[in-house]
Amino acid sequence: MAEITPYLADFPAVGQIKPDLMKVFSGPDGKVYGLPWTNYSMGLLYNRKLFAKAGLDPDNPPTTWDGVRGAARKIAALGGGTVGYGDYSKSNTGGWHFTAELYSLGGQIAVKDGDAWKAAFNDDKGRQVLQQLKDMRWADNSMGSRQLLEWSDLLQMMGSGKLGMYVATSDNIPTIVNQYKGDPTAYGLGPMPGGAGVPQGTLAGGDGFMFNAKASPEKIRAGLRWLTFKFTNPDRIATDDQWSAANKRPVGLPEPNIWTGDAATKLTEAHSQYTNLPRQNYQPFVNGNASIPLRLEPPVAQQLYAVLDVAMQKVLTDRNADPGQLLDAAAKQADSILATAT
Amino acid sequence: MAIGTAAARGTLRVRLPRRVSENLLAYGFMAAGIACFALFSWYPLVRGVLLSFQQVNFVTAPSWVGLANFRALVGDPMFWTAWRNTLYFTGLALLLGYAVPFAVAVLLNELRHLKGFFRVAVYLPVMLPPIVTVLLWQYFYDPGNGLFNTILRGVHLPTSQWTQSSSTAMLSLVLVSTWANMGSATLIYLAGLQSIPSELYEAAEVEGASVWQRLRHVTIPHSRFVLLVMLLVQVVATMQVFIEPFQLTGTTNPDTVTIMVLIYRYAFTVNHDFGLAAATSVLLFVVLGAFSAIYLRLTRGRD
Repeated sequence: MAEITPYLADFPAVGQIKPDLMKVFSGPDGKVYGLPWTNYSMGLLYNRKLFAKAGLDPDNPPTTWDGVRGAARKIAALGGGTVGYGDYSKSNTGGWHFTAELYSLGGQIAVKDGDAWKAAFNDDKGRQVLQQLKDMRWADNSMGSRQLLEWSDLLQMMGSGKLGMYVATSDNIPTIVNQYKGDPTAYGLGPMPGGAGVPQGTLAGGDGFMFNAKASPEKIRAGLRWLTFKFTNPDRIATDDQWSAANKRPVGLPEPNIWTGDAATKLTEAHSQYTNLPRQNYQPFVNGNASIPLRLEPPVAQQLYAVLDVAMQKVLTDRNADPGQLLDAAAKQADSILATAT
Repeated sequence: MAIGTAAARGTLRVRLPRRVSENLLAYGFMAAGIACFALFSWYPLVRGVLLSFQQVNFVTAPSWVGLANFRALVGDPMFWTAWRNTLYFTGLALLLGYAVPFAVAVLLNELRHLKGFFRVAVYLPVMLPPIVTVLLWQYFYDPGNGLFNTILRGVHLPTSQWTQSSSTAMLSLVLVSTWANMGSATLIYLAGLQSIPSELYEAAEVEGASVWQRLRHVTIPHSRFVLLVMLLVQVVATMQVFIEPFQLTGTTNPDTVTIMVLIYRYAFTVNHDFGLAAATSVLLFVVLGAFSAIYLRLTRGRD
């Protein structure tokens, strides 16, 4: 793909994009290869009504995994099939959430060892992720007995009002409301929980645009002009929000938000003018996640997720599962996958 | 002699176009069928075999890699797990899915009342779309609020984790598959049973044969051919099991990954490697082809 650094000075909007996101599209030497458009990061999605019912403060969601465990126990104690904390373990989604939870403790899925990648999740942090799930599932019985869940299952459970918390991006909320007929006022979003006193991270992703290596300078310049008009354009935020609100699309989710400075102010103003969501419910996420470093997916993510799914499955369906053993076995497989991946 | 051939040639020249023109419509209809088969059956078949020797992602140009895909397969522990699971499923499915429909057919054959009702009842599950069947059973199997555990709890029996436990997951899948597919097999057995001459049963009864003896000495020997054919058909069908593990236990569950699930994983969810998926399909094709050949040979000999 083509380097676009020399052209960026002509497009002032680019200067207002979050540096963290620009880094995603840049090489280690600072050369820029693309422009971000949308971004997502994981946080804790929770049911404010169940929080209130269980005697928890809906405006202060737990920010540590110990806190999550305690809250899950209280919510599950409400009975009637209520699940405190939900998690995935089927068709790659388990490995994906394991990754998010490992990042939240500052752990790594794979590290570069010279030129080759090596699995790095079979350490204390990886074991902690599985152990806390195992404790919630079996010792506390706060995760429900139905497991082998995949993507839509937790959204459905959240929509039915029977699930207390799960780890998600903010775009889950409109799907829960529209597709699973959830109560739009019930959902709160908090920052990604972490361990007490450890450097956290949150799994993040998004979309962006890049240029073909063969594109001529004129084409690149024209392309950037179009991108900064149609997509990555702070002056369009208000009109886009107005259009979305008029067409009953969700307005006011905390993400995507790729902006800083003036552009960020414009976004906040537009969102508060046109919002059709209870934005104050997402304030804990906005305040908390801003200071958590973004972490991207590992290499050959889907293959590693498939391997890690097995560990999640076992921990959630077998009370005698051994987290250390499961992760060692997974690491062996992951290493062979990473060795064959370029 | 010379005149004869000339005359024959003359008539041939006239007849050939007429023969073609008479059948033109038939050829036209056949062409459509052949085109469809060629495009949707034979071409994919050939392409699949070619893909198995290529490194291909449908983005960049494919490259020939010889037997590399097959070597990679043999080196993948999941490949062997998948075969073990597939054989385990096929074995269980034959034990249940083979014996149960035959037993049901024998029962239905003995029924004096409500024959029509029970035949419809047995066949009904076949009419459900497979995904509906599987989603229905997903609810039955729910360890918390599912139908089975609710009933078991109601009568104070121990409950099961069903699809969620390594020891019962495969059996749970076989139960779904048997329930969903036994209707067709039962009807075929029933037809086979009804073609057995009733005099044989009368004679056996006169001789004082018990129900079991009648089954052992009359019913089973006379159903041998249909039993054998159904055995092969079921082996070929059950080895291709996909939707039950796909929906109930997921594509990443090592307890229930079957060959078809593995092909899906290779191609679509994990590796995005169509060459590897094609190589697996070719191997499955060879195995199923062997069973099909036996089947064809048996049925041809019969005709």
